Amino acid sequence: MAEYLIKNGFVFDPVLGIKGDAADIAIKDGKIVETTALSSPKVIDATGKTVMAGGVDVHSHVAGPKVNVGRNFRPEDKLFGYKARSGIERMQGGFSVPTTIRTGYNYARMGYTTVMEAAMPPLYARHTHEEMRDTPILDQGAYPVFGNNWFVLEYLKNHEIENTAAYIAWLLKATKGYAVKVVNPGGTEAWAWGLNCENVHDPVPYFDITPAQIIKGLIEANEYLGLPHSMHMHANNLGNPGNYTTTLDSFKLSEGIKPNSKFGRDQVMHHTHVQFHSYGGDSWANVESKAKEIMAYVNSHDNLTIDMGQVTLDETTTMTADGPFEHHLTELNHLKWANVDVELETGSGVVPYVYSPGIKVCAIQWAIGLELALLANDPMRVFMTTDHPNAGPFIRYPRIMKWLMSQEARDQQFDAFKHKDKVIDATNLAGIDRELSLYEIAQMTRAGPAKALGLAHMYGGLAPGLEADVAIYDFNPNEPCAPDAIETAFGNAEHLFKAGVQVIRDHEIASNGNKRTLWVNAKVNENPQVMRDVKEKFLRYYTVTFNNYEVTGHYLPNPYVIEVDATQ
Amino acid sequence: MTKTVTDVICPFCGTLCDDLEVVVSDDGKKLLEVYNACAIGAEKFLHSQAKDRITRPRMRQDDGSWKEITYDEAIEYTAKMLADAKKPLMYGWSSTNCEAQATGSELGEIVGAVMDNTATVCHGTSLIAVQDIGIPSCTLGEVKNRADRIVFWGCNPAHAHPRHMSRYSIFPRGFFTGKGHTGRKVIVVDPRPTDTASVADVHLQVEQGRDYELLNAFRVAFKGEKLPDVVAGIPKEKIYEAAETLKSGRFVIIFFGMGVTQSLGKNHNIDEAIAVTRDLNEYTKAAIMPMRGHYNVTGSGQVWGWLFGFPYAVDLSRGFARYNPGETTSNDLLRRDEVDAVFVLGSDPGAHFPFSSVKKIYDLPSVAIDPHETPTTEVCKVHVPVAFVGVEIGGCAYRMDNVPIETRKVVEPPEGMMTDEEFLGRVLARVKEIKGV
Repeated sequence: MAEYLIKNGFVFDPVLGIKGDAADIAIKDGKIVETTALSSPKVIDATGKTVMAGGVDVHSHVAGPKVNVGRNFRPEDKLFGYKARSGIERMQGGFSVPTTIRTGYNYARMGYTTVMEAAMPPLYARHTHEEMRDTPILDQGAYPVFGNNWFVLEYLKNHEIENTAAYIAWLLKATKGYAVKVVNPGGTEAWAWGLNCENVHDPVPYFDITPAQIIKGLIEANEYLGLPHSMHMHANNLGNPGNYTTTLDSFKLSEGIKPNSKFGRDQVMHHTHVQFHSYGGDSWANVESKAKEIMAYVNSHDNLTIDMGQVTLDETTTMTADGPFEHHLTELNHLKWANVDVELETGSGVVPYVYSPGIKVCAIQWAIGLELALLANDPMRVFMTTDHPNAGPFIRYPRIMKWLMSQEARDQQFDAFKHKDKVIDATNLAGIDRELSLYEIAQMTRAGPAKALGLAHMYGGLAPGLEADVAIYDFNPNEPCAPDAIETAFGNAEHLFKAGVQVIRDHEIASNGNKRTLWVNAKVNENPQVMRDVKEKFLRYYTVTFNNYEVTGHYLPNPYVIEVDATQ
Repeated sequence: MTKTVTDVICPFCGTLCDDLEVVVSDDGKKLLEVYNACAIGAEKFLHSQAKDRITRPRMRQDDGSWKEITYDEAIEYTAKMLADAKKPLMYGWSSTNCEAQATGSELGEIVGAVMDNTATVCHGTSLIAVQDIGIPSCTLGEVKNRADRIVFWGCNPAHAHPRHMSRYSIFPRGFFTGKGHTGRKVIVVDPRPTDTASVADVHLQVEQGRDYELLNAFRVAFKGEKLPDVVAGIPKEKIYEAAETLKSGRFVIIFFGMGVTQSLGKNHNIDEAIAVTRDLNEYTKAAIMPMRGHYNVTGSGQVWGWLFGFPYAVDLSRGFARYNPGETTSNDLLRRDEVDAVFVLGSDPGAHFPFSSVKKIYDLPSVAIDPHETPTTEVCKVHVPVAFVGVEIGGCAYRMDNVPIETRKVVEPPEGMMTDEEFLGRVLARVKEIKGV
């Protein structure tokens, strides 16, 4: 493989602790190496430019059944924006739900190289893997959903952690999944009867277990196994005024639990898209930000990480395994509604949504997301996401950087709101003058998420030995600039390396890379009871047979298996 | 000695049964018996063993007779035909695996083809309706485990999806449905007294072409509003009664087929049927599902969804994907003379398209890829026989509820035969050479 020397760029790297000093980065055999290890490298002059590790997205809906529902049922999402085939680039379409090809290229253009699919219904795992296979450049993994799974509900009702863990290990292997995802625990099972669980103590119909038991049990099972990532949580009561108390109740379930993982993470719960979970008030008329209360808790509890779920003020397509929420949303906005309930496992819904700057609630949501990041004491535990495409498409990350890095940009946006004064009254953002540095942005988009995923040994930094995922932006951090220049530069990487392959050269896609799919193979002691339960459920209640369930090798042409040994 | 292969997936209809058992000879070359399949599915497996099966490509001669050609010659003809055409139609894709569909999509992209699947004469109208109003649906296991109100509207699974009723809808005993069919109420809406109607609790014999009116009447009845004495040939008392039956269920599922998608009203019928389902969710839990026909028509819509963003009628001829049913659908293109070559794989338009369209195929450069001799192969210039997907080669297929299942290879294809995916891969490579990409 070719050697590269990226010379003299302004490097921002939390792993090495470099805060914008000029430094050289060396690439050899797909890894970052010491500059002395190179013999005859190609030299890239990065003088006056910004150099960072490749971005890592901890939570994005980019592949799988509900994403494809979004594509197929929204032809309007493709209007005007289609890009023709040219050179090595295949044709690309879609705005809020782009085609897989565009997903890969657009992430690369922002300098991102690793993206985690946030919710994989186990029965549809093949579909998710087929889409990831057809997404170029990016390393990807997918989180199977567990929070409404009948096995989990039945085991955790009696607090059977070892059985739950054995089941998780089996399902991760069967679906080639990466982590334990929980969406509206119990609520989606309730939705199969048209009901919901609205707080952590609201019992699940028939199964007679509470969301609190599910959440705590899954954290414990996750730590029993010592998986790379922590339990990944989307709490009950998403998107409702006054829901911040449910969020705090959910956070508290992680108290007293310590991480048991050799992969270097410090958290036992990652709570995703917290913006949607930080609302005060008791109706849409008086909804207000509770980001201060939420961040007070997050800042004082080390075993918790969160991501933003930043509203970007676009027309987008919401999609979640939170089936009852999507029904609630279609009642609210009267747009088309797709729903899929999945036998024994989960459910999902899809509804288009317009976050309009002319609507007070949308503007409040926008402010809350930014507040979460700006009130963070430790940017290594608060990550930038849009819960793509729920709060907005991922292509807006550079715009969010602009808002986080520039009070002027935030003021411009405030001025563009129809109900500016009401929005300011209901939020804290106007009173916050913090402007994040590129170093802090690198923590929120690289080192932080890589560490939380248990992948700090591969991604998120520029230390020798890490994967050679390196982005070079045409941006001089030492010169004054208009806020929009931030958005332009970070949406359009000048060069990008993925595992040592130059995938972007002079702002153009130069290679489709060698995409890998990450999954976790957790070994546990033989557990005849769990295997008997699994086989019995397949025989009696599933509509596919046990032998036709497991995703086999060819769906992952380039797998990267992370082995975990939980036998004891 | 023989071997029994279990958990075999049936590559016939959208029910995609995965519990078949197939007995093969010890050397894996002969397929001897098929268990658990319906009559149609069993025949599909057994037909692969036909003594008179065509195993090499053929080209039509001027006198109308066939001449055997090599796969290389067939690849060359196909590649040239597609590369030379300004706007070729690549139709079918419903009886093959997703791997072939993905390869075919890349090929279509390079030659600027119109990609269309059998939904164009089937559930395409349903796909349009979903784009209008969405679709609350579920997997078939949810029906098995929870549903106590089953509606079959304009479909006849007793004949078209023979194991559907026993595996998923009427008869199975699921987790919350331990009483099986005795715990369920079945309503069939069909102008014909079908075999499915004969097992229903209620048969609403709707006047032909009046489905929209009846669906709309259900929405009125849910709200307890006034109906005329008779709607679509059904007395109002029966409509009120059926509406009450649905509202009082714990979990309602509506299955629908060609009777509503391709009769008067088309996509508007489905709009209304989905609206009925949405309305029911105000009172109880309800879902709706199209009875997809070919075993992997659903998969082709999925593959094109993630590659192009549209489920059928995808026009790639301008270098980017366009979708405009009525303009970019196969029959409209053929009958308006807008395509200049026809490639068919995994479908039989010769049997199912209007005769005026089939004549156009006959007049154009054309290739049919199909294990069988069909009416389509009879009108095409070149016929390329291939291995049977799901019998002689595996690969992914999507059930009518979009659940992907990997089909199995149970027996070797006749010696020297190519698969869909291999053939398409070779054509793709040759087209890239010709086009210099």
